[in-house]
Amino acid sequence: MIGSEGQRTGLGTLALYGVAGLVLLLLIAPIVIVAIVSFSSAESLTFPPPGFSLRWYERFLALPGWRRALWVSVQVATITMVLATLLGLLASLALVRGRFRGKGIVYAFVLSPMIVPTIITAVALYFFFVRVVGTGSILAMAIGHTVLALPIVVMVIASTLQGFDSRLEMAAFSLGAGRLTTFRRITVPIIAPAVLSAGLFAFLTSFDELLIPLFLAGVEAETLSVRIWNSLLLEVDPMIAAVSTLFVVVTMLVLGISALLRRAGP
Amino acid sequence: MAAADAVAAGQSSGAAVRIEGLTKQFGRSKAVDDVSLDIDPGSFFTLLGPSGSGKTTTLMMVAGFVHPTAGEIFVGGRPVAGLPPQERQLGMVFQNYAVFPHLTVFQNIAFPLEVRRTPGADIRRRVGEMLELVRLSGYEQRLPRQLSGGEQQRVALARALVFRPRVLLMDEPLAALDKNLRTHMQGELKQIQQRLHVTVVYVTHDQEEALTMSDRLAVMNQGRVVQVGTPGELYEAPASLFAARFLGESSFIAGTVVDAGDGSAARMRTGAGVELSGRAASPLRVGQAVLAGIRPEKFLVDGAPAAGMNHSPGRVTGAVYAGDTTRYTVDIGAGEAVTVKLQNQMRARTRAAGDAMALSWHPAETVLFPAEAAAHGG
Ligand SMILES: Nc1ncnc2c1ncn2[C@@H]1O[C@H](COP(=O)(O)OP(=O)(O)OP(=O)(O)O)[C@@H](O)[C@H]1O
Ligand SMILES: [Mg+2]
Repeated sequence: MIGSEGQRTGLGTLALYGVAGLVLLLLIAPIVIVAIVSFSSAESLTFPPPGFSLRWYERFLALPGWRRALWVSVQVATITMVLATLLGLLASLALVRGRFRGKGIVYAFVLSPMIVPTIITAVALYFFFVRVVGTGSILAMAIGHTVLALPIVVMVIASTLQGFDSRLEMAAFSLGAGRLTTFRRITVPIIAPAVLSAGLFAFLTSFDELLIPLFLAGVEAETLSVRIWNSLLLEVDPMIAAVSTLFVVVTMLVLGISALLRRAGP
Repeated sequence: MAAADAVAAGQSSGAAVRIEGLTKQFGRSKAVDDVSLDIDPGSFFTLLGPSGSGKTTTLMMVAGFVHPTAGEIFVGGRPVAGLPPQERQLGMVFQNYAVFPHLTVFQNIAFPLEVRRTPGADIRRRVGEMLELVRLSGYEQRLPRQLSGGEQQRVALARALVFRPRVLLMDEPLAALDKNLRTHMQGELKQIQQRLHVTVVYVTHDQEEALTMSDRLAVMNQGRVVQVGTPGELYEAPASLFAARFLGESSFIAGTVVDAGDGSAARMRTGAGVELSGRAASPLRVGQAVLAGIRPEKFLVDGAPAAGMNHSPGRVTGAVYAGDTTRYTVDIGAGEAVTVKLQNQMRARTRAAGDAMALSWHPAETVLFPAEAAAHGG
């Protein structure tokens, strides 16, 4: 009895590890292969690469169009981060702390961009902004991305606020601190790690996103994602792999910082 | 303790707190129902009661975090109704300490002084004095997560005292500590309170804590104050079955009134036919069903029958040895049993189940409660 039980558990564990390993492999393998190819010395995409070189990275940095795209992406993502964090913080405070009617509806409304397909949002924003500012506006793209990032920011900050021990604020009041002092010196420092990591998620949401800039970028302000998309339509060379690898590195860095922030938090 | 004296020197002594007809209604139920209390300046006052009896709500109304439905609160003779918590100048210690997790011990204690724009040199001196008072000198730069529960509680206490509040409010501040540390902190708290002459309003549901620490205490039940008095008054002369049951331990013997007495002294006959004298908790009439409450340590055993004492024969049905004392369950006939607690002195004969035990006790230590009160008493 015990033996067969043990046997079954052993087999089950083995199967579990097998499946989990396969899934991880499927998730990671493309990234690893792309990273390897990006250091290729070959003229075209071949795997395994015949030799090692940094030529595709040099090429990327040498081409002004690509450099400009990177700069546009960084600007859009940074503005998105600031806007989404600010609005998200205020919205979270209202949703968690406020007392007003229809709170549930407002919450659902703030989260709705997660449910609406991005392409719909993108088309809608296109028709709006094309009339107001035309295409190629960095601010317009950032506003579009803010719409997409807001639900994530609100979810992260609201869950932290919900877990916030309101007795800390009561203690501060009883010690003579006013509302503003308490917010500035007690509430903000304690929720800061969550707010910062929400901001980083907003940055990533924008940095990775293709559809909204695809509609709004025009030729004047291509983001990195749009430029990758456009160049894939024309030709495929190992430089795309180099750009993709840079993308992954940026993403990992941001996620790493956010993980560190969370650990530093209370 | 030099620090305590230095602190006490700068401390205006505690303020009186007066509560009149305080009521708080949540929806249909009254969490606090017409509570009136007079708390002497510089005294240690405790609100004692079971869970949900309205202790925290009362304290929160004094602190200003809960708005009363009705009633008034005066601190140092002045009504505080219009003041927000930050202007009431009351120190407050919470059950979970509420120490600011991102600030060091020093910064936590300096916080109330900083928001009052106290000069830096004064802050350093006064925080230093407080740290000495709560015996945390040397811990200035630690963060709360590097402190034990007891140490965090001391930080919370120092922080609530450093701005010299005239009243200190504490809501079950020791409930999260283990038994030994709790006893130790009780002593320290009491000592600090006496040195600083600060008025303390203390909430607990631990009756032993309430008895040992308070100058006066109020027993609360279902939002109402059942009885107010010194620990001695409440223990020796409970005014209701609820107070008798909640504070300390009592045995209750059922019977009927044979002599209502002159308002306080009365006589009753038990089911076993024994007549007992006692003090009536409230006016009685002949024939009324009553319960005689007696504390377990009030019984004398096997003494010569003295005039004026209550007597009852009994038989031991159980004995629990507890080191200093032994607790006996004694059958006194007609299905009634009492608990008798005896010191284990050298001469004392320990008894076993089945042994006879003749009990006597003083009428002054017998309180007669109307039995119908039992229905809503406890
Ligand atoms: N904000 C509130 N809304 C509705 N009911 C409340 C609220 N706060 C307290 N109550 C109710 O009021 C009653 C008294 O609560 P309170 O917290 O004052 O009791 P307590 O004596 O402090 O109890 P404990 O010993 O458990 O802390 C309880 O029945 C509680 O459910
Ligand atoms: Mg309570």
